[in-house]
Amino acid sequence: MDFEKPVVELEIKLDELKKLPLAESPEITEEVRYLEEQINKLREKIYTNLSPWEKLQIARHPNRPRTLDYVGKICTDFTELHGDRLCGDDPSLVGGPAFLEGKRVMVLGHQKGKDTKENVARNFGMPHPEGYRKALRLMGLAEKFKLPLVCFIDTPGAYPGIEAEERGQAGAIAENLVKMSILPVPVIVVNIGEGGSGGALALGVGDRVFMLENAYYSVITPEGCASILWHDETRASEAAKALKLTANDLLKHNIIDGIIDEPLGGAHRGFELTANVLKKILMDNLIELKKVPVQKLLNIRYERLRKIGAYKES
Amino acid sequence: MPISEWFHKKEKYTQITPAIEKRTIPDGVWSKCKKCGEIVYQKELVNNLEVCPKCDFHHELSAYGRLHLLLDDGKFKEFDKHLLPADPLKFTSEKTYLESLNQSQERTKLADAAVNAKGKLNNHPVMIVAMDFRFIGGSMGSVVGEKVTRAIERAITDKLPLIIVSSSGGARMQEGIFSLMQMAKTSAAMARFKETNLPYVSVLANPTMGGVMASFASLGDVVIAEPEALIGFAGPRVIEKTIRQKLPKDFQRAEFMLDYGQIDLVVHRRDLKETISKLLDFFVGETE
Repeated sequence: MDFEKPVVELEIKLDELKKLPLAESPEITEEVRYLEEQINKLREKIYTNLSPWEKLQIARHPNRPRTLDYVGKICTDFTELHGDRLCGDDPSLVGGPAFLEGKRVMVLGHQKGKDTKENVARNFGMPHPEGYRKALRLMGLAEKFKLPLVCFIDTPGAYPGIEAEERGQAGAIAENLVKMSILPVPVIVVNIGEGGSGGALALGVGDRVFMLENAYYSVITPEGCASILWHDETRASEAAKALKLTANDLLKHNIIDGIIDEPLGGAHRGFELTANVLKKILMDNLIELKKVPVQKLLNIRYERLRKIGAYKES
Repeated sequence: MPISEWFHKKEKYTQITPAIEKRTIPDGVWSKCKKCGEIVYQKELVNNLEVCPKCDFHHELSAYGRLHLLLDDGKFKEFDKHLLPADPLKFTSEKTYLESLNQSQERTKLADAAVNAKGKLNNHPVMIVAMDFRFIGGSMGSVVGEKVTRAIERAITDKLPLIIVSSSGGARMQEGIFSLMQMAKTSAAMARFKETNLPYVSVLANPTMGGVMASFASLGDVVIAEPEALIGFAGPRVIEKTIRQKLPKDFQRAEFMLDYGQIDLVVHRRDLKETISKLLDFFVGETE
């Protein structure tokens, strides 16, 4: 990433230094220590002052941990279930039951790939209607077997394609919004990376909504916004700023309940740490939510959505 | 054509095709059909419910025009008129959001892109929302979301059938995440409405796309579209760019969506009221 270049340059220098035959000598050891200090300072300076557009680059980083990474790390016995029973199975949206610290849960999440090949197979985390309908089916199982639902959001958006439209992409998303708003089990949502519009929201209605520090959540991608406003996608960084799409922005506007800290530089630079924090937050909130009687839970969930909006009354 | 007309003399003057493109159309007298390009006398277009008399293309109908079309004697009681848009993100591009709002408000005389009303449709008392595409593309921000939600809630409380006529490019970009969340809000209200036995007829006018279609517009017990209305989630340009292919000509049009089982009916504007009325007869029984 562009804004990381100064750090990377220093890191290369440091590596070269360490490889020198005289690396053990006092002068070089001193130099190495100095460089390491500089790198840490620079890192902190860069990563604590990221622009929205730079954060978005971290959210889209190819090494960023995906849904199945977190599920594999924090859950046991995750059993992926497949298919919408109508037309297909969508690998860009995964789900199934699992144990979280011995407690039963249903997990759902968008799934991107680790490399180009897997990304092609997973359609870059952009579901077709069958993905959303599989999610709907698994929500039904969560309801039937009283499993709290944990959703991971990480998608650029629902797939814009011919077949997706023919099979009712819009309707599939809408049905999920309806179902999630009245699902009689606790629902916790964590945006771990990309929250791309309606395709993200289709897994996003819950009792608690969290975002990782560098995740974004937006009504439209900055590229799409720039292309509509200025007919110029290269101005996406300006659009990213205007859209107020960072975790901080959403917390400020009371759309989300909390931000999950990431290690300096992003979740991929400290996956274990991120996963552990995430797990603790899930556990704490599940315990709290389980104490709330179902009808009260649903009323609070409704009120939570009901009050979102910025308008004036004359 | 009656046989007598076969023997009519041909008119003896040559018709000259006017250079339509270059001619400026005086505002408010003539209109140019968006589809066939024909110049139509504005009054004739209004009398024909904004449907082109030459090619039958359904142009956008204003929110109040829609209420007049559907409600008996054009009479209704409007609700939630006092809701006005705000600018929660202080959104600026070349033009600020507030400037866009002011311009749209001046041009349409509306506060935002939807009007809520209660009235009678062939004697059926109904709660109705009419969207107006002329107001920032009928986009859904906080006001539209709040109005739709209030209409749904009022329909539940007053035990009224609900009709929503959508016409929208989708969620309103300038209100960012607030717009996106209106999808969840309206759908949650719709979930409650669905627990009643009241009917919801969703009418899709050209176009109904994005966040509006991916929430309340697609959730009707019956979904009716006007002819040739563009209906879908992603816009055709976005799809073309993604798949790098030209789309079929009728792609995402009402007739296409009917073929693919995504909507129930395609109904001409002049028959819309009767069609909804008949559905209400089935779903709420006889009127007195």
